[in-house]
Amino acid sequence: MSALSVHGLWKGYGGQSVLRGVELEVPAGSLSAVLGLSGCGKTTLLRLIAGFERAERGEISLGAITLDDGRTYVAPERRNVGYVPQEGALFPHLDVAGNVGFGLSRAERRGGTVKELLEMVGIGSLGSRLVHELSGGEQQRVALARALALRPRALLLDEPFSSLDASLRTHVREEVHGLLRQQGVTTVLVTHDQEEALSMADHVAVLRDGRIVQQGAPADLYERPADARLAGFLGEVNLVEARFSEGTAATALGVLALRGAPGDAPDGHGLVMVRPEQLAVTVAEEASPAGPPEGLRGRIEQCRYYGHDALLEIRAEPPGPSRALLARVHGEQALPVGTAVRILAHGPVTALE
Amino acid sequence: MSTLAPAEHLGSRLSHTWSERRRWPLVSVAGGALAAGAVLLPLAFLVVQAQRSGWGEVQRLLLRHSVAVLLWNSVRLAAACTALCAVLGVGAAWLVERTDVPARRLWAVLLVLPLGIPDFVVAFGWISIDPGFHGYLAAVMVMTLSLYPLVYLPVAAALANLDPGLEEAARSLGAGPWKAFAKLTMRQIWPALLGGCLLVTLGLLAEYGAFEILQYQTFTVAIFTEFKLGFDTVAACTLSLVLVMVSVAVLGGELTLSGRGRTFRPGPGARRGAPRIALGRRRIGAVGALALLAALALGVPVGTLGYWILHGGSSTLPSTSILAAAGHTALFSAAAAILSTLLAIPVATLAIRHRNRLTLLIERISYLPMALPGLVIALGLVSFSVRYAFSLYQSSAELIIAYAILFLPLAIVGVRSAMAQASPRLEEVGRSLGANRSSVFLRITLPLIAPGLGAAFALVFISSATELTATLLLRPTGVNTLATQFWVYTTNFSYGAAAPYAALMVAISAVPAYLLSRRMRTISRTGGPR
Repeated sequence: MSALSVHGLWKGYGGQSVLRGVELEVPAGSLSAVLGLSGCGKTTLLRLIAGFERAERGEISLGAITLDDGRTYVAPERRNVGYVPQEGALFPHLDVAGNVGFGLSRAERRGGTVKELLEMVGIGSLGSRLVHELSGGEQQRVALARALALRPRALLLDEPFSSLDASLRTHVREEVHGLLRQQGVTTVLVTHDQEEALSMADHVAVLRDGRIVQQGAPADLYERPADARLAGFLGEVNLVEARFSEGTAATALGVLALRGAPGDAPDGHGLVMVRPEQLAVTVAEEASPAGPPEGLRGRIEQCRYYGHDALLEIRAEPPGPSRALLARVHGEQALPVGTAVRILAHGPVTALE
Repeated sequence: MSTLAPAEHLGSRLSHTWSERRRWPLVSVAGGALAAGAVLLPLAFLVVQAQRSGWGEVQRLLLRHSVAVLLWNSVRLAAACTALCAVLGVGAAWLVERTDVPARRLWAVLLVLPLGIPDFVVAFGWISIDPGFHGYLAAVMVMTLSLYPLVYLPVAAALANLDPGLEEAARSLGAGPWKAFAKLTMRQIWPALLGGCLLVTLGLLAEYGAFEILQYQTFTVAIFTEFKLGFDTVAACTLSLVLVMVSVAVLGGELTLSGRGRTFRPGPGARRGAPRIALGRRRIGAVGALALLAALALGVPVGTLGYWILHGGSSTLPSTSILAAAGHTALFSAAAAILSTLLAIPVATLAIRHRNRLTLLIERISYLPMALPGLVIALGLVSFSVRYAFSLYQSSAELIIAYAILFLPLAIVGVRSAMAQASPRLEEVGRSLGANRSSVFLRITLPLIAPGLGAAFALVFISSATELTATLLLRPTGVNTLATQFWVYTTNFSYGAAAPYAALMVAISAVPAYLLSRRMRTISRTGGPR
């Protein structure tokens, strides 16, 4: 049974539809990410789930309870859905303890609940601090503790890490991830950062133009995107022309196994998606003279070095596929521009429409 | 069954579209409608009263009163004063904000303080020096000296908040410092300058006391004479309507002009102080000019008040009556400030949180008293209470209501800027934490806008405490406020007896005027009304 379910949800402003029939199933206790570019309707979706706005059409339910279906509408204060907006939105007129205890009863505030919550998010000593004295990461933790104080049935996070520095972001993200796991609260995280979605969530839904275009486990989405646009949105990709036959794809990179498509194996011509990390690159001269020369010949046109790895742009020789191929290699394998190489593809590839 | 279905469907659709639109915050709408109604009521009764005698009579009155003379008096006064205020205001603001003139902080305070001295007290100061000080030039001088801070304040704020990057860019494109100021900076401060000039003109049209002292005939003086001496409410109301039309024309003119020079700040980059122009040897001249302005605008009224208090000769100061007057003033002003602030909350809430045509209309109407002389509102209220609510006539309640309507725009400005800074996101989070609408208002919105409520209260309190014209018309019989008692003594030429009352009024409003000067800057940063 899914904890949070959104069915055929429509919402627009001033005659312009923002959400057009969103379908979303968030399993109980899971962390689900809604991934999309800015302006795709992510925040609107969260605001509807939180109850700040009403749906035009469709249904939102939490467990067995209908929150909004056009007729019934449960006010936000009666949904018990926690909400952590961008930038935290802490109450500036209250101290940290006042923020965390906002939703609690007087007795609970007097007791040790606030202290426990603060300790849970790792800032047990900051209860009497004023909000503007906190760092960005601390503010996020307070916002999270405040939302968790009421033991919400679902928790909504709206780009909670986007205001943090890159170095801090990974750290806070991991901590929050661990905490949510431990609490087992059903969570919807909205983000435009595909790395964040893939690394944090059990379940990812991609929102595009007001519709969920695909949802599933992170690896599923990454390996089997619904279309070329989605493939590119989730990570770097090579689109290679192929001729299909009996579950294999014949391409310039050789004959490659096809991932088991949900339907029949495709026929005739088409495109396959090859992720850059599926390409192995060796310097042409180093190729062992004993074996037969394998793989596609190419020359490095550009090298983007990231430290832990590098992305090589390789032009096939003689010119085959029109675009340069992208290959991800270990950082120490970053090769100078102009190096002649051989490219070997491995692993199954995915056919795209 | 099946025949019922379409109707049912329609019903649910209707309720659907209603509820799914922004749900109407009923309390706010009711409060906003009450505020707008309170503003429109006196105006409506002005019209009712004026047309009671028919159109022919109105025409005859307009001719008899030589409205043309009054118009000419108002126009030539407004033209000269507004131009002088613009020159003095911009010049002083530029010296203080953009040059290295010495003692800038001191000037910034001294130049604003005249705002805390009621215009009729300034007129009193001059005439108590020279009894022959009256007529057109006297009126121009007195009004310029008391109103120029209305230009100085917003222009100084605009200059201080100016993005120095723009001027630097102009300089890097080959414009000299003077050219950059003329071509760029003037454009940037244009809205502030126009806004200030508008306030000056509206202030001139509304002023009564100073012109009565200086014996200069304007609409307000004529209206007051008709009403108080001639007991002719029809004539008074007819003239008031002409005055309202002039004010509305001024307001419209400002709106058209201010539409042109839009300003914008390119990026939210961090603020830096703008570079100051080194005056060199001209510093002495600059200091002299500022000192002269401060001496005339501040020194003369304060000095004369001091003189009359010390050498007034009326050693038999009726200290009980000054206490009683101060008590009444404080009571009326505080009540009006509370009422006005309470009315401003729903208007500001609607304007910021539920913006649409209706709420915009409510807001616009609520700002209307800014263009309405106190005399006009008082007359409208008198016309209303005499005919429909006689128990209200000349009661404390009526005076308090008049103050509250008259200074509602000030209260709205105060509440609105605070409301604009309080993010609605916080209220939403509050609701997701289990607090309902009213609880969110009490626990989140109210604490967040508290500084704005305080500012609104203070602004209305000061303005009410120094209000003369409406008070003269509406005060309960036998009750005197500081302003009316001062007025009684001044018109009897008992300057010594009048001075302590004026001094007390100045004391009440000087400190807040100083605070206002600092607040104006933050308001201009966050965007004021409109």
